[in-house]
Amino acid sequence: MTLPDLSKTPKIDKVGVQERTNRFCVRSIKTSAKIHGLHLALSMIDLTTLEGKDTPEKVKQLCYKARHLDDSIQGLPHVAAVCLYPTLVGVAKKELIGSGIKVASVATAFPSGQSTLEVKLNDTKYAVAEGADEVDMVISRGKFLEGEYNFVFDEIAEVKQACGKAHLKVILETGELDTLDNVRKASDIAMYAGADFIKTSTGKISPAATMPVVFVMLNAIKDFYKETGIKIGMKPAGGISTAKKSLQYLVMLKETLGDEWMNKDLFRFGASSLANDILMQLKKQETGIYQSLDYFSKD
Amino acid sequence: MSKVDINKSWNYSSAPESTAHIQLKKKYDLFIGGEFVKPLSNKYFDTINPANGEQIAKVAEADEKDVDRAVKAARKAFKSWSKLDPQERGKYIFRIARMMQERAREFAVVESLDGGKPIRESRDIDIPLAANHFFYYAGWADKLEYALPNKKPKPLGVAGQIIPWNFPLLMAAWKIAPALATGNTVVLKPAETTSLTALKLAELIQDSGLPKGVVNIITGAGETGAAIVNHPDVDKIAFTGSTVVGKLIEKSLAGINKKTTLELGGKGANIIFEDAAIDQAVEGIVNAIFFNQGHVCCAGSRLFVQSSVADVVIEKLKDRISTLIIGDPLDKNTDIGAINSKEQLKTIEKYIAIGKKEGADIYQPKCQLPKKGNWCPPTLFLNVSQSHTIVQEEIFGPVLTIQTFRTIDEVIEKANNTPFGLSAGVWTEKGSKIFKLSKKLKAGVIWANTFNKFDPASPFGGYKESGMGREGGLHGLKPYLKFES
Repeated sequence: MTLPDLSKTPKIDKVGVQERTNRFCVRSIKTSAKIHGLHLALSMIDLTTLEGKDTPEKVKQLCYKARHLDDSIQGLPHVAAVCLYPTLVGVAKKELIGSGIKVASVATAFPSGQSTLEVKLNDTKYAVAEGADEVDMVISRGKFLEGEYNFVFDEIAEVKQACGKAHLKVILETGELDTLDNVRKASDIAMYAGADFIKTSTGKISPAATMPVVFVMLNAIKDFYKETGIKIGMKPAGGISTAKKSLQYLVMLKETLGDEWMNKDLFRFGASSLANDILMQLKKQETGIYQSLDYFSKD
Repeated sequence: MSKVDINKSWNYSSAPESTAHIQLKKKYDLFIGGEFVKPLSNKYFDTINPANGEQIAKVAEADEKDVDRAVKAARKAFKSWSKLDPQERGKYIFRIARMMQERAREFAVVESLDGGKPIRESRDIDIPLAANHFFYYAGWADKLEYALPNKKPKPLGVAGQIIPWNFPLLMAAWKIAPALATGNTVVLKPAETTSLTALKLAELIQDSGLPKGVVNIITGAGETGAAIVNHPDVDKIAFTGSTVVGKLIEKSLAGINKKTTLELGGKGANIIFEDAAIDQAVEGIVNAIFFNQGHVCCAGSRLFVQSSVADVVIEKLKDRISTLIIGDPLDKNTDIGAINSKEQLKTIEKYIAIGKKEGADIYQPKCQLPKKGNWCPPTLFLNVSQSHTIVQEEIFGPVLTIQTFRTIDEVIEKANNTPFGLSAGVWTEKGSKIFKLSKKLKAGVIWANTFNKFDPASPFGGYKESGMGREGGLHGLKPYLKFES
């Protein structure tokens, strides 16, 4: 596909978006809907560690957690994926054999994206060669803000090719894009350039995922689907750390894209501490009382 | 824990607001002179829950003698109330506002129970706004000389106030708060299908220690209202309701020295330009017509979409209304509640039949309506013109007519081509266009890139057959005052 005519990109009214997203937050999710929703949210988590100090040992621990969220609770799903730096993909791949959990790798000079295309493509190819099932790339925000939309589009398209069979998630880093109009424009560029998922943030910039930003991206996905018949996935990342917030995102997803998007193939949460908060809620539903955080393993 | 299958579709469980804390009497008398008294008429009527058709309570029906009693009580109270230190008057009104906030949950539940509106709206909009009106006008009580300098404002006397069933408590607040702030006393009649929150307000007023007779609340139907209008000792009539009844009131008051404000029907134009933020405009269409089941005098019931974006707007609108949740008004997730009464449902159904008969294309999303009670799904009529009855007349239900337009001048002409003139909405990212339209549209309130937003500080009222006079804001004080020059 080619770069769409960005002069026709739908405009976004921030006040209206805020008002709509506030409505999602007053939906009352109780009893069986809450339990179901929390299971669903768990199954959509990309359990993430993206630190300079990450080591193979740390990654092994994280992978164990991914497989065994909480063995004291019956019938829990496992998370969707673990998300790491490329050099640690090999470790995770080995740890997760036979688990059904995907390995996602950030790439393309994550998190700033300030490097040459060659470096970015090599980064991507390395991650895939190490066994990454999914690649989370960053767009060149500087170029985007300069209005070099073709550059951004071409870069995504090249990375997509370098991914081969691996799924491509395109991180817009919405915290640096300034306006919702830009978020919409960047979403359109990413989808037309070949993204399988669009993702809000690296987690290194504040604000990360917010409901207004994600709502705008979901609407972009919806319009793209109507136009092309292709379903693009959505991954809010960073800042979603409570069970309640995750349910509000699921409400937004359901009421914007509908039931077809309500699965891990088309929706992910990029998060590190969300899982334990959900587990605490599920434990509370089971026992009627909140347990101390000490009862939930931190890996 | 039961096994959860995350591959099954995720649906919200029912989330009903508790009614356990609500205290309702089986039978309500008239609130006259600070006491609940049996009606001289000795008659009572049922108030019905429109969501299931069940009787909630019996409510007294005031006849002419009862009205006379209420007016006399108000007249008696006027003597001292009008002379009370304005600051003290203000304190009473502030107290009513605070108590309303304290009892907000109970008011919200009763409002939804008796009137059918979703608890989300009564909880988040009706009750907080009603309290805000009391707060707002409480502040003016001792500042009238400042608000209207060099005019020596004086209260009128007894205000007869007749309010509709669409926002029962909010309309009571719109009427009572400015009347009290300006030193008048009140005889208020709620609509016969929604008397309960007004009667709960009477209880609140009783508890607040407001001097007896300053506010009298009497219940009944049209005849009771007529008795208030025609009572010789009432100095002012404030009416909110249908244009038909408004005209009758105007006729009966012709030549009589009674101040009148009328807030009547509407057929608001909601105008979407091609340069609007389309997704948010679609949301605005929903808020404009499906808020409170469309029982809103300022509803955006006539949609005008610029031709170049008509297809996409209509497709998105159809999509959006398929996600609206219709049902139990007390469920916190309900978006559209019950139609207020059987009579109103009949009216709406009559108009839907007329729309079909006149050849308009109807669209209703697939939705399951409860078996008992009064329900109407969100309804769109496509391919209509100014000549269709459903475009010309107020339906007062969740029914939207959709027309397209090509140019600004065309849409201004069509928007103004109606005997009503209460509200309008304009959706465009271009500020200059908003200013142009807000000058040209003949409507009392014009929203830009939003709809159905209310604020006690903002005056509200209509052009043409949508009414006369303004309520709310500084403007809302004047109809309750006379000026000695």
